[in-house]
Amino acid sequence: MTDTATTRMDTRELAVGSALPELRKDAITKLQLVKYAGASGDYNLIHTDDETARRVGLDGVIAHGMLSMAFLGQYLCWLTGPESIRRLTVRFGEMVRPGDVLTCRGRVKALVDEAGGRRLTLELWAENQRAQQVTTGDAEVVIG
Amino acid sequence: MSEPLVSRELIGRQSDEVLVEIERGGIRKFAEAVGDTTEACLRGDVAPPTFPTTIRIPIPGLTIDLARVLHGGQEYRFERPIRAGDRLRCRTRLQDVFQREGRLGAMTFFILELEGRSEDGEPVFTGRSTVIVR
Repeated sequence: MTDTATTRMDTRELAVGSALPELRKDAITKLQLVKYAGASGDYNLIHTDDETARRVGLDGVIAHGMLSMAFLGQYLCWLTGPESIRRLTVRFGEMVRPGDVLTCRGRVKALVDEAGGRRLTLELWAENQRAQQVTTGDAEVVIG
Repeated sequence: MSEPLVSRELIGRQSDEVLVEIERGGIRKFAEAVGDTTEACLRGDVAPPTFPTTIRIPIPGLTIDLARVLHGGQEYRFERPIRAGDRLRCRTRLQDVFQREGRLGAMTFFILELEGRSEDGEPVFTGRSTVIVR
């Protein structure tokens, strides 16, 4: 896998409304939540300890919302490369649990040619295996 | 409507500025945990776009009970990517506090802004978190 845009998206062929290729992530595991807690510094035990999660009325641990945003961040890097990203904005809608399989999808919302390159506004979302959009948002990238 | 959990007088309150050194190992560990296969991130050269979540700077006088918190939304804006070796001057600021009646009763919304500048003072990134306390 490379970090360049050209492998994933030919910007010349993009238009407003164009669907982006999808990125399907591996199923989320409890181990991943422990790793993410350590790597991110979010030690809220509702993400790693079932007992704590049940005490606040959940069935068991839930994933960090920021993990699903990180998936969308990876998606952007995969689509256009990490150097191109100017903004990523998300809303956390649905809870994500261990075992859930998230797929990142998106489409082009706007496309403007600028001096520095082509600025794309992308609508993005992560959906679970039941096709529910769990985390939704948009992003701006500039491709030289 | 019940009393807000936090007085609006706290709006504008900010943390001290903290110098954060961006470490290659921290970037790699983060990318690995996410399962991010972006090569520049796995090498630890360039931080993934949500990496600023690792920068946690409390605001004096503002404590939020984790057990009652929901993360409603998040935004990051970049002037340029964050790279290993960056020394960023970072600060958190409480931008707004307001209360709304929702399905689950009264909820207090906190809008927190995290700003990162280079040592020369050039803006690098800003983060904006919506944190909901029920």
